[in-house]
Amino acid sequence: MTAMLNVKDLRAYYGQVQALHGLTFALNEGSLTTLLGANGAGKTTTLRAICNMVRSTGAIEFEGKPLSGKSTENVVRLGIAHVPQGRGTFTTMTVEENLQLGAITRTDRKNIVADIERMYEHFPVLKERHTQQAGTLSGGEQQMLAVARALMLRPRLMLLDEPSFGLAPLIVRELFKILGKINREDKVTILVVEQNAQLALELADQAYVIETGKIVMSGNAKEIASNEDVRKSYLGY
Amino acid sequence: MELFTNQVLAGIATGAIYACMALAVVMIYQAIDHLNFAQGEMAMFSTFISWQLMQWGVPYWWSFILTLAISFAGGILIERLLFKPLAKAPVLTNVAGFIALFAIVNSVAGLIWDFTIKQYPTPFGSAPFLGSQLISTHQAGMIGVTLLMLVGLYLFFQFTRIGLAMRAAAALPESARLVGVNTSWMIALGWGMASAIGAVAGILIAPVVFLEPNMMGGVLVYGFAAAVLGGLSSPLGAVIGGFLVGVFENLAGTYIPGVGNELKLPIALALIITVLVFKPAGLFGRAIVKRV
Repeated sequence: MTAMLNVKDLRAYYGQVQALHGLTFALNEGSLTTLLGANGAGKTTTLRAICNMVRSTGAIEFEGKPLSGKSTENVVRLGIAHVPQGRGTFTTMTVEENLQLGAITRTDRKNIVADIERMYEHFPVLKERHTQQAGTLSGGEQQMLAVARALMLRPRLMLLDEPSFGLAPLIVRELFKILGKINREDKVTILVVEQNAQLALELADQAYVIETGKIVMSGNAKEIASNEDVRKSYLGY
Repeated sequence: MELFTNQVLAGIATGAIYACMALAVVMIYQAIDHLNFAQGEMAMFSTFISWQLMQWGVPYWWSFILTLAISFAGGILIERLLFKPLAKAPVLTNVAGFIALFAIVNSVAGLIWDFTIKQYPTPFGSAPFLGSQLISTHQAGMIGVTLLMLVGLYLFFQFTRIGLAMRAAAALPESARLVGVNTSWMIALGWGMASAIGAVAGILIAPVVFLEPNMMGGVLVYGFAAAVLGGLSSPLGAVIGGFLVGVFENLAGTYIPGVGNELKLPIALALIITVLVFKPAGLFGRAIVKRV
């Protein structure tokens, strides 16, 4: 397997404050990787640095191409979809407009209509609500919409920032099931940042643990899940 | 009764111009969250360009189209050169930028075309409209062009992908970038469109107020008033606000004793303040439905 995303010695800064202290990790093509860590460990910053939304140094390569110096929208255009924390829903637009926006950079117009239908198959609730203002959806529905919007890009890599945040456990399970399906069937490489370590480790095949801006552990998700330190710190048993 | 109808129709006609200016103001406000104080001067400059083209023998409608194109490009240029560098600057820096732009455009126009007032032609003629004495064909034309423009903009924003991208960039810039929208260019595009809309307003009002560098001063104040009244987040509100301000201004001038022509402006502004006290988002400002 070749590495699709290669991150080397990533350091990120918010003003004078350094949030990442030399992160190095790689994502294999087709993998579903989770990045675990406590609040403030730098998980969100890592995702934001990949899309050049924070000031950072170090090298990030996507499919062999360096991402540094590219604007956020140009990183996205390479096929990297980012579902941000808080979901980034266009609340004043309809559900369908949100989906169309996901495909705004694509030129294959005919396929866009078909893709919207496919999203409605993945997430039937969105079809029911397709003319509704997206801001009126429940939290879970908005998260589904955010994932669907990201998929409309036909991404090669999808970054998800705490998709479980604020959702009922049942909805989280459903969402994670769909993510697994997307990863297997649509061959989308996924990097998911999570605080819900247990679920994330069940879903993922690779895992990294991040503490105060550094990777402290990496490996197969099952191994990580059975690691005693991880169990104590993140799984709570 | 005829006086009343007359005043309402005349109000709608001038309201059409306020509506255009309000529309231009809203376009830029949506894009960068600032009121463009130089909107009126930009419109005036565009009008001078069309006048100059006609002086050189270009027919009316060609000069109209050319002026729109030049104004569109000019708006983009102004954004790229002046306001893109100010994007992250504090509000007051931006205000200073707008005032500087106002002064520069105003004096440059005076320098090139001097401050004497000039006649400006109308393509609609000034005969009574449909034989009625109430409004002239030019006034009817002003209303027609404004409505046409509003429909065009509605279709653009609702049914084209670039319109959708512009709305996204205005609503949530960060999310827009995350779906690949080049938000910076969307802002420039907004400036171009606002500048072209302003040009239409200038060209339509010039036959009424005559062409000179200070022609848009009063009009812009009414345009702001209309935009605030209708709601700065709503293009449709801005247009309706424009018509309302125009009608109200005329009726107050006619029927409230002591107002006359001189006190029209304060009366209109008082109306706006009243509306804002009771409906701060403006009459049509979107109350955003949100579930957390």
